[in-house]
Parts: sequence; C-alpha cells; structure tokens
Amino acid sequence: MNFPILSAIIFIPLIGALFILITGGNPKNVEKNSKNVAIFSSLANFLLSLFLWFVFDKNISDFQFVEEKKWIDGFINFQIGVDGISILFILLTTFITPICIFSGIQSIKFKIKEFLIAILVMETLMLGVFCSLDLVIFYLFFEGGLIPMFLIIGIWGGPKRVYSAFKFFLFTLLGSVLMLVAIITIYWLTGTTDVIKLLDTRIPSEYQYLLWLGFFTSFAVKMPMWPVHTWLPDAHVEAPTAGSVILAAILLKMAGYGFIRFSLGLFPVASDYFTPFVFTLSIIAIIYTSLVALMQEDMKKLIAYSSVAHMGFVTIGIFSLVKQGLEGSIIQMMSHGLVSAALFLCVGVVYDRYHSRMISSYGGIINIMPKYAFVFMIFTLAALGLPGTSGFVGEFLVLVGVFQKNIIVAVLASLGIIFAAAYMLWLYRRVIFGRLTNSEIKDMKDLNNIELYIFASLVFLILFFGFYPEPLLNTLDVSINNLIENYNTNLNFHIAKSNN
Amino acid sequence: MQTIIYILPELFLSIAIISLLMIGVFVKKSFQLVNLIGIISLIFAIALVINQPDEIVKIFNQSYIIDKLSIVMKVLTLLFCIFVLLSSKEYVKINNIDKIEYPIIILASVLGMILMISSYDLIVFYLGLELQSLCLYILASFKRDDEKSTEAGLKYFVLSALATGILLYGCSLIYGFTGSTNFEVISSNLDRNNTGAVFGIVFIIVGLAFKVSAVPFHMWTPDVYEGSPTSITSFFAIVPKIAALCVFIRFMYVPFSNVVDQWQTIIVFLSIGSMILGAVAAIGQNNIKRLMAYSSIGHMGYALAALSTGTNSGIQNTIIYLIIYLVMNLGAFGCIFMMKRENVFYENINDLSGLSKNHPILSLGFLIILFSLAGVPPLAGFFAKFYVFMTVIESEMYALAIIGLLTTVISAFYYLRIIKIIYFDKPKKPFELNYDWGLKIPLILSSILILIYFIYPSILIDVISQIKIYQ
Repeated sequence: MNFPILSAIIFIPLIGALFILITGGNPKNVEKNSKNVAIFSSLANFLLSLFLWFVFDKNISDFQFVEEKKWIDGFINFQIGVDGISILFILLTTFITPICIFSGIQSIKFKIKEFLIAILVMETLMLGVFCSLDLVIFYLFFEGGLIPMFLIIGIWGGPKRVYSAFKFFLFTLLGSVLMLVAIITIYWLTGTTDVIKLLDTRIPSEYQYLLWLGFFTSFAVKMPMWPVHTWLPDAHVEAPTAGSVILAAILLKMAGYGFIRFSLGLFPVASDYFTPFVFTLSIIAIIYTSLVALMQEDMKKLIAYSSVAHMGFVTIGIFSLVKQGLEGSIIQMMSHGLVSAALFLCVGVVYDRYHSRMISSYGGIINIMPKYAFVFMIFTLAALGLPGTSGFVGEFLVLVGVFQKNIIVAVLASLGIIFAAAYMLWLYRRVIFGRLTNSEIKDMKDLNNIELYIFASLVFLILFFGFYPEPLLNTLDVSINNLIENYNTNLNFHIAKSNN
Repeated sequence: MQTIIYILPELFLSIAIISLLMIGVFVKKSFQLVNLIGIISLIFAIALVINQPDEIVKIFNQSYIIDKLSIVMKVLTLLFCIFVLLSSKEYVKINNIDKIEYPIIILASVLGMILMISSYDLIVFYLGLELQSLCLYILASFKRDDEKSTEAGLKYFVLSALATGILLYGCSLIYGFTGSTNFEVISSNLDRNNTGAVFGIVFIIVGLAFKVSAVPFHMWTPDVYEGSPTSITSFFAIVPKIAALCVFIRFMYVPFSNVVDQWQTIIVFLSIGSMILGAVAAIGQNNIKRLMAYSSIGHMGYALAALSTGTNSGIQNTIIYLIIYLVMNLGAFGCIFMMKRENVFYENINDLSGLSKNHPILSLGFLIILFSLAGVPPLAGFFAKFYVFMTVIESEMYALAIIGLLTTVISAFYYLRIIKIIYFDKPKKPFELNYDWGLKIPLILSSILILIYFIYPSILIDVISQIKIYQ
C-alpha cells in the first residue's frame, strides 16, 4: 500500500483550515461554507482513521504505515508511523474534533471562521504528536499546539481569559524548553533523533537521569501533575466549551503518550529510579485534588480538578510497568477523553442557556430538562468509575497493575475512587436534583437534536467500552508486550553493565 | 589593475553616492528621484557582489578580503537596506524628512558597512566603522526639529565615540604587542601569555559589543530606537547589525582564533546578560519601538551564544539566526509602519488594541511575526533558536543553553502581551492602512517566509554551510 494514509490523516484538517482561510465574500455565506468545510474535513478524517484502524495489523509490534522524507539533510527526517498505542490516540483525536466543531458551531457567536481554523490547525498538530517518530518533529507538533490553544482561550474565553491564556502558555512553554535541551543532548549523544533507532540504542545510564527529568518537566506540566497543575483549572474555566473539551480530552493525553513512548522507551534506568517519585506525586495529585474538587463551586473547575486526579491514575498505571497497569492507563486516558469531554459539553449546555457555571445557580434541572439529566447521570457515573462504564475498566486495570508493584500506593489510589464518587455525586445532586429554586432557569430548553446526537454517540462509546473493552485491549496487546519486554531487557543490560 | 574588479561594488557605490549628491543638489524637489536611483544602485551593487569570484581573495597587501562570508553578508546588507528604504517611503514623506540627504547618507553608511565586512586589517576595519558610524549619528538626529530625535543623535554620538575610542585603544594595543595590523599576522603572533594583547582583545570586544548592543554596553539602544524617526529605527534594528556581527565573527575567528579560551567567557557573559536583560526589561515597555530595542538586545544575545562556541558551526548558526532575525524584524517594523491614523504614526502598544477586528489580515501577519520572535515552533524563529542551541549544547555549554531557553519563556511574555492587545482587547478606531507595494511586499514576504520555513528548512543551511573560516 503506497497511499500515504498517515500524512493524509495529519494534513487533511490543515487543508480544510486553508480552505476556510481563503473563503471570502458575503459574511453569511462565508460562515456557512466554513462550517461545512470544517465538519466535512473533520468527519472525513475520522472515517479515514477508522479505516486506518481497520487495516492496521494488530499482531505486529513494529511501527506501521511508516513514512519517511528528508527534511533537514543528514540530520532530521520527517518520519511518521503508528503502533498499537498511538493508533488509539489518533482515533480519540479524530473522534473528539468533530464533536468540538459541532459544539463550537452551537455556542460560538463571533469570529466563527477563525475559531474553526484554530480547531482544525489544532487537530493537525495533535495528530502530528501521536504519529511522529522523530523527537524534533514531535517537539514541533507538541509545542505548535500552544499557538491555537492560546488563541482559543484568549479570544473566545470567559472574563478572566487573558490571565488563563498567559498562564497556560507560559507554564507549558517553561516545561517544554527543558525537553528541547534534552532532545538536543540526545542528538549529540547518539547522533540521531529517530525514535525507532533510539528505542534500540542504549543511552548511557549516567545521562539518563537528567534527560529523563528534562522530558518529565515538560510532560508533568502538560499532564498535569501536582504541583504544576495550577494552570489547568484556570485554562478550563475560561476556555470556551470546545476549547475545554480539546484540552481535557486530547492535550492532556499527549503527556501520557509521551511518558509511555519516550520516558519508558528511552530512559529505562531513570524511569525505574524515579518510579517512587512519580508515585508520590500521583498519590498527592489523586488525594489532594480530589479534596479540592469537593470544595469547588464552579462546575468547570470541579471537573478540571477531577481531571488532575484521573491523570494521577494514569501516571501510576504507566510507571507500574506491568502489562495491566499500562493497558489500564491507556484505557483510562481514552475513557477520560470521552468522559471529560462529555462532562464539559454538559456544562457547556447549561452555560449556553443561562451563562453561569456556578453550581449554586442551578438545582432541580431534572424538572425542566429530563433528557439532559439522564445523559449527565451516565457521564457522572462513568467519571466515578462505575462498573459497566469505560472509567471502571481503566481504573480497575491500573489498580490491578499497581497492586503487583506496591500495595500502599494501590490502597491510597483506591481512596481516589471513593472521593471521585463523593464529588461527582454531590455535584450531580446539587445541579440536577432538588427543587427548582432559581426562577430564571425555568425557561431553559432541553437538549436540541445536535446536542442529543453528540451525547448519544459519547454515551454509546462509554458504555460499549465499559462492557466490551476488547477492541481496545486487542489493539494494544502486542505493542504493550513489546514495550515491556524492551524495557526489561534494556534495564537488565544497564544493571549488568553497572555490576561489571 | 587586476585588483580593481574585486572592489567593483564598493567603487560603484561610492560613485553612485557622489552622483546622487550631484543630482540632489542640482535638481529641485528630487527626493523621489534620488530615493529611486539609490534603490536601483543598491540592486546593481547586489548583482556586482554576487558576481564576485567563488574563491578567497585577499587584495591590497592582504588588507581586504573577499570570501563566502563577506559575500553573504554584503548581499544581506544591501538587500535589507533596499527593503528598509522601500517600506519607510510613506513614513518619510509624512514626517517631512524626505530630504535628499536621507537616502544618500543611508547609502554612505551602507558603503561603510561593506568596507567593514570585507576588512582584513585593523586600519581598513576602522575606516569602515567610522564611515558607518558617522552616518548613523546623523541619521539618528535626522528629524532635527524634534527634541527626542536630536537627543537620540547626541546620545548615540557621545556613547559611540567613547566606545570607538576604547576600540581604537584596543587596536593600538594589539598592534603594539603583535607588530602588525593584518589579521593573519596578528593571529600568528598572538598567544595567551601575551597579557597586553589580551587587554587589547578585551577593549576591542567592548567596542564591538557596543555596536551589536550587547549588555552591558546596550544603554544607548532603547533611547536611540525610541527617539529616532521610525524609518531610521527600522534601519538601525536591521542593517548595521549585519556588519557588526560579521566583524564580530571575523575578529573572534581570525586574529583571535588562537586565544579562544580568553574571549569565550567574555562572550558567554555578554550573551547571557543580553538574553536576560532583553527578556526582563522589555516587559514593562509601552512604546513599541523601545520594546523592539530590548527585543533586539535579547536576540543579539542568542546570536552571540552561538558565536561563543568558537566552531565553524557556531559561525553558521549565528548567521542563520541573524538572517531569520532580520526577516522577522523587517516584518515587525512593516507592521509598525502600518500604525497610522490621519497622518500621525502611533507608537504606543495600546494603540494596537483590537487590531484583529479592524484589520484581520494585518493582525494575522503580526501574529505570525510575534510568535516567531518568541520562538514558538513551527515558525522560523524557533528554528533560529534551535540551531543556536544545537551548537551550544554540542560544545557542552549546558548552563548557557538552559539560561537561554528559560529567557525565551520570559521574553515570550511580552510578545504575547502584544498579541493579547491585538486579539483580545476592545477595538479602537481603525488605522488607515497603507497599500503601498513597497511596504506590502516586505511585510507579506516576511510573514510568509516565517510561516512556511518549516516545510523546507535546509534551504538556508545549504547556503550557509559553505561559510567556513577554519578550513
């Protein structure tokens, strides 16, 4: 097969964005055309990525659909490819983007054309992150995402949008520059930035610790891990709904993906050495942010803090370095991508109608919006990890994994599930149940058709993967086995070397 | 006579300057004409420079050199001078500085720069430097009825004269201790135990650092940038930097190549100082020209970081950085020239408020340029920094690399602030856009080049990698 399917997937949104950029004429037509182009290109991309998943060979651990082009002579090649891990992230991205576009069309009132361009450019950059097989290319895509996201938060955001946009940009940039130093150092150590080659190269263990920290600062900020998570609640609260969805569902996952691909793959000795450190931070994140989430009065902030806690599970799962833990953390990321997206959309629905995110503004919504109450319940239950939802599969596997490694961590992490139940159910009770006290919200209309379709698709996927996660696990299986095997041989090599 | 062909561009420019002076004196209201002929002669000079032979030639008793480095730098100087002249045409007319002296003095200073670039001898170097500086003093105070412009000119003159004095003292020390003014002879006679000569090196570095406005010799930059007419500011920010950096490279790598360990720490210090000051001091600025001044100090810091490594790739990456910096600054000043309402040019950042609403295309261009100045991938500004830090880390100067990258985060703040004002704030009255092609072409060219540079980044490297001083 010679058709460059991966490049197509990466660049279709960009081409769509260019089309929107050059449309001109009557403002009404421009708006209509740009909406159509955006929807078309993102949906086409989703179908193409489904096709990619279909033709993807799940029994091979190597990277597939590899494309290589000369980029900077003798130095960096533009190289992309997928394995069982990255393909799931690609699917998540292409699935979430159309949802964001639909949501944006509903709620964005001005500069819709620019908004759609920003979202599509963002999609290209995010897909690039998951496909790239070269550290420099990865860095380009990883950092490039800052520009559209900064604009999305800053232009279409809420009242404190400037502060949040700056905080988001500067925090992330600060984290990433150290990664750049690490990438360049790797180049001078090994003579290449090609990930496939690097995975077979054994980076000297004395360098690994600092390099690992360089990558870690970047991913920890993006993840976000305690104590550098503070940009996330601000960014989420101020971003428009579609921006929050992208942020929660995909941007955070880039860090998790980075941990799996680079931290574990390139620096096994350091990963092993720093595991207790990561566990500690993650446990603090789970317990502390869950408690903070409990006290929030702003719905978006509550969900943002819950994201930090959920990401704590992901890091624990990744660094448990057993098969169940790793698979669990990836499923947890997928599930969180769907659930948090859904929850932010739910907040967006009531925000569009009444323009308040405060929990106290609402109450008794079940009386006026029964359909909304129903889908919100499913998402709430998925967020707290009820069996039968995808959230359960992820958290359960992570806990199974980490039990084999460290029982105390597992027990403390389990506390997080209890807290999650507390804050999510309390949120649900305060918003949906009770008597309708605020008379101004009486006229709120229930979900319209577009919203209903969006939520229905999300509900379907969350329940489907809750009952039958096999398609995901099946895709992951070989790649994860290969990853762990590589990790162990690599680690043993270094241990044997240091013993001599 | 054989040697004459090697200095054809210089000869041509001198003749052009003298004839322009004649035209200016004898033809009335001839600014447009002089400006046009000036631009055409610059284009012609570029053609002459490109036509120079593809080998290293040293003429006039080895005091004048023509090599790859000098050719590239000369082309850059002439090219960007053309762009600056083109883009500032409207500004010059409205501010009543459309005197015939304006293009003529600019051409004379360019001639001085070209002499500097090719100089291979302390005396030739000094002559070129003086020709250039004297013209720049006049240019800074060109709007002579304006208090600020006069102040800028005087300040620049006093400080620059002092710096040149120190530099000249350094030259005399070098001559005294090595017995020659020729770069190569100096190089072979210089060794690290020669304390007097090392003093000379330090003095020369001080003078050069003043010219590229590196910390702690940067004090003149913000005042001069703010006070001079904007057209001159854009000239200051772009054209003299090329010659100054070229001379910097030439000095460090030819006469002082044997004492790398002596000057390396000094340059590293200059570089770190410039990067930090450029990032921190610009945060509080509200005048966009002043902000660009601090920004240029910071950018020179990055260029010097690559220079400090003392390797061939260091030179190459300094030049790549310089070129991308020039393109970005050209675009940025193009945007500043657009800030005009009812024949008044605005300089305050807050005047840009809500620009995106009134002028979406212009704001998009400005956005690209600003993100690129901040060094955010995938724009060209990122690659410039990337190459610099590649060399720095190759030479295992990790502290310099980490400080440099952290300052990019700080400096990102003030570029973001402009973006915030353009995109997030409430719109003010629209500007009257200038649809003159002379301004539009540089602006469009610069933003497009910055945006699509990542598609084929090796194009610049291919050209620059031929520049080598160490064989």
